[in-house]
Amino acid sequence: MTAMTTIAHHPTDGLLMAYSAGSLPEAFSLTVATHVSMCDECRARLGAFDTLGGALLEKEAAPMAGDSLAATVARIRAGGERVREWPLPRKAGVLPAPLCDYVGGDLEAVRWRPIGMGLKQAILPTARDATARLLFIPAGAAVPGHGHRGTELTLVLQGAFLDATARFGPGDIEVSNEDVTHTPVADIGADCICLAATDAPLRFRTLLPRLAQPFLRI
Amino acid sequence: MASTIETAESEDWVACMALIRDAADEAAFARLFGHFAPRVKAFLMRSGADAALAEEVAQDVMATLWRKAHLFDPTRASVATWIFTIARNRRIDALRRARRPEPEDLPWGPEPEPDQTEALALQQESAALGRALATLPDKQRVLIEKAYFGDLSHSEIAEQTGLPLGTIKSRIRLALDRLRHAMK
Repeated sequence: MTAMTTIAHHPTDGLLMAYSAGSLPEAFSLTVATHVSMCDECRARLGAFDTLGGALLEKEAAPMAGDSLAATVARIRAGGERVREWPLPRKAGVLPAPLCDYVGGDLEAVRWRPIGMGLKQAILPTARDATARLLFIPAGAAVPGHGHRGTELTLVLQGAFLDATARFGPGDIEVSNEDVTHTPVADIGADCICLAATDAPLRFRTLLPRLAQPFLRI
Repeated sequence: MASTIETAESEDWVACMALIRDAADEAAFARLFGHFAPRVKAFLMRSGADAALAEEVAQDVMATLWRKAHLFDPTRASVATWIFTIARNRRIDALRRARRPEPEDLPWGPEPEPDQTEALALQQESAALGRALATLPDKQRVLIEKAYFGDLSHSEIAEQTGLPLGTIKSRIRLALDRLRHAMK
């Protein structure tokens, strides 16, 4: 899927390399996989990091057991006839395939829960080393100002948001860390839907969201 | 299942993949197995698997290569790169017991007759990247190995961004140009 608009904000080399190496927490992998689904440039960048993995694979060998080829051929035969499965053509929708897998369908299948001021969220089922959530920010509304203890990735799926640094539209990803404190505001034109993943609780600047944090798991 | 390959040593892994895909050629499979299974095993052991688990998973990776041969696209990956992605995914299942969601597939699959020139250029670019890797200063090479063998956390990799790539950056850039072209 190629986004209609030009994507201006991409994952860092470090994130793509960690995704290629397979060392990202599941919530971050989901965010990178969703971005790559929307961005052909990053699909190529990821391919280059996989090429590096292939080059490393070539470097070292460990002897296989004496009967291992025969055992593998037996394993293949036990699997029966090869079934040539091809990727299914995807239906047009808002959510790319990796996200659809977690939601159990496209946008209409999302089970939103209100979190105040018109904002809604849906926490996605991932391993607990990082969390992933879909966020619904009504046009023109703001997410309470917050800083970050770890890394937060925010990927726009629909609409756009702005913070002090830039405007983020469909396919754009913002990478925030300890240095960034921001108050994202949804563009006035349309409601904004994002995928947000974080590996540490956010640091809200005001008391009310802080009190609600344990309940909202933000 | 007669083999159509000469007995002479050849390293045309792409041709072996085509023989497996089109003719279920077991001799071609044996050649790929002889070269790549020990490499997959070493990769898994470097990533923390003991010898028995690495042997088991390496066999599984090679069986997957047979079953999914029709999905291999030589204009987008070298055989080593493609096997690396299968081995990495199995490693995450077996060692980390974690999930790694994959990007959506491109709407088109591999061409039945991939462009030979493009495929060759990509294979050569991948080989050149491998040679460049060998010339890196030890410190940089070790960092890249640690990243890919799972010894660095994602934040540690992020801190190293740009640094460990050093002199191979231009080769990665060329591989990237190839891949960009293949995506068009």
